[in-house]
Amino acid sequence: MQSGIFHTQYAGDMSMRPTWPMRWRIVVVILFVLLFPWSADRYWLTLANQIGIAAIGAIGLNILVGFTGQISIGHGGFLAVGAYSAGLLATRAGLPMWLSVPLASLTTAVVGAFFGLPSARLKGLYLAIATLAAQEIIIWLLTHGDVIGIAESLSLPQPTLFGLDLTANGATDFSFYWIILVCLAGTVIFTSNLFRSRAGRAFVAIRDQDIAAQVIGVDLVRYKLLAFATSSFFAGLAGALTAHYRGIISWERFTVDVSILYLSMIIIGGLGSVSGSIYGAAFITLLPALLNNIGRAMGDTIPQINIYLPYVQQGAFGLAIVLFLILEPEGIVKLWRDVKDYFRLWPFSY
Amino acid sequence: MEKFIQLSMSGVSNGAILALVALGFVLIFKSSDVINFAQGELLMIGSYLTYTAIEQFGLFWPLGVVVAVALSAVAGVLIEQLVLRPLIGEPVISVIMITIGLSSLLRAIIGAIWGVSPLPSPKFIPTDTINILGASVGANRLWAIGLSIVLLTALTIFFRRSNDGIAMRAVADDQQAALSMGISIKHVWAVSWAIAAVTAAIGGILLASIFGGVGASIGRVGLLVFPVVILGGLDSIPGAIVGGLIIGLLQSYAGGYLPPELGMGEVAPFIILIFILLVRPYGLFGQKIIERV
Repeated sequence: MQSGIFHTQYAGDMSMRPTWPMRWRIVVVILFVLLFPWSADRYWLTLANQIGIAAIGAIGLNILVGFTGQISIGHGGFLAVGAYSAGLLATRAGLPMWLSVPLASLTTAVVGAFFGLPSARLKGLYLAIATLAAQEIIIWLLTHGDVIGIAESLSLPQPTLFGLDLTANGATDFSFYWIILVCLAGTVIFTSNLFRSRAGRAFVAIRDQDIAAQVIGVDLVRYKLLAFATSSFFAGLAGALTAHYRGIISWERFTVDVSILYLSMIIIGGLGSVSGSIYGAAFITLLPALLNNIGRAMGDTIPQINIYLPYVQQGAFGLAIVLFLILEPEGIVKLWRDVKDYFRLWPFSY
Repeated sequence: MEKFIQLSMSGVSNGAILALVALGFVLIFKSSDVINFAQGELLMIGSYLTYTAIEQFGLFWPLGVVVAVALSAVAGVLIEQLVLRPLIGEPVISVIMITIGLSSLLRAIIGAIWGVSPLPSPKFIPTDTINILGASVGANRLWAIGLSIVLLTALTIFFRRSNDGIAMRAVADDQQAALSMGISIKHVWAVSWAIAAVTAAIGGILLASIFGGVGASIGRVGLLVFPVVILGGLDSIPGAIVGGLIIGLLQSYAGGYLPPELGMGEVAPFIILIFILLVRPYGLFGQKIIERV
């Protein structure tokens, strides 16, 4: 907590960004995200969209893991539920995108709450393993979809929004940038405010000491299920956006590796932090792209690099998790805070 | 009847290997509270090292196996020293995530060294079939059952009689009390990782023979350890053995008797897992922990 800030009114005390540097920074960030797509080419737009979708999913996972303390290794399965329900709603029911995406998110919230039921009796490791089972069961349902009447992969109709053709003039990435941005902004505002509400405080109480929380009157089962549902809602949103953005979905995109990818985003970004989820999503999305570019640049001179590049990408991901957990367990958020503190306290850093 | 015997034998042999791998897993959990998601990669390391020692360096097979198993043990100890020791006292999720990160890292290293296409399985384990009561059973499955029984017995005796084994049980029971009795926890952790790596390496060799190749499918078995240890109880060694056999048989029967297009063999252990967790969260033999604020 920063010293030297004195509020004279409740409004100032309640505000999300109480100091002027914070407000300036957010203005700069907003200007950047508004101006970015006009100058970026397709490659960067695609990356930005991937980061945006990943950030929505990561914020959702952080609500569950970082704020409520319920470890889930089933997030990939919930993303799959979102993507497939959006796909089925769009192809079978012919719903427009503005309906199919929220409905898919709600479906995922229900499925998430269902698979959160074991959390009523389990915690910690046992719950982590139960969610792993949820992941395996969801993927099994998708791969054996012909038994229950869904196809292994789905292709969606051309995305349109209120009669607007989003793919016109090859501008898919550009138009999806704005859709994803709106969804991400909504997610960020909702989540930041969630932890100022009764439910959010109950979540944090459950994380810190669940028995103590129960003693002071937090209904454990209800709030754990609520956390699972909220978290899965955003996973479903991310999945549904992926489905419409890619136009084609298959189960390979939602294996247990994806669950682990999302977990690593919030670990690297910072557990229990909304901005950390975004940093983590950006880090995990940009890392392979960056390695790819470096590898391609060096591959011309040293051809061996091209052979080992996929392994380097996979290994770098594992190494990043290991190094962050050993050296900076609080993630990128802490690094960023250290940088800010350094400049604020300079030259008297004690 | 033949089908039943055949399925039972394959179930028991898979279960025996699973029990072996789960034992190493439970050992690490008991002594250091670490859930090891890299168990599948330990299996892979063992089988790939055996391939290299025997096929590439041309060692006589018992020697090759000993070298590979010894190297796996060294790898296990190194993992414990370099990766997990800095995390003492960190929350559960950090420990889970670091073993997940480790598994990704190990997989990349294995891929970079040996490639991703499956390599031939070790030839010293016979693969011809033997007729038992009219059902044909692979000799490698009998090997797996026999070797697992020998190893599980040896480890049980080790826990009951040897100094290290008793020290491990003491650490598992109460770390502080064990420390005050002059037991070196660091030594115990190193030994438990070494044993886990050794059992995983042997399990990996047996699986390579049963699967007919050394490849990533061996690592996938690592995930099956979770239903096994949850069924038996995370901190119970007899539980790991019983759980391994039950899951192995269940997988075999579900895959053999239910329509194959359902693919129940893969998912049945996980459905059972959810069911057990809801009814008996501490497994069949697990210790019920009483929590206080």
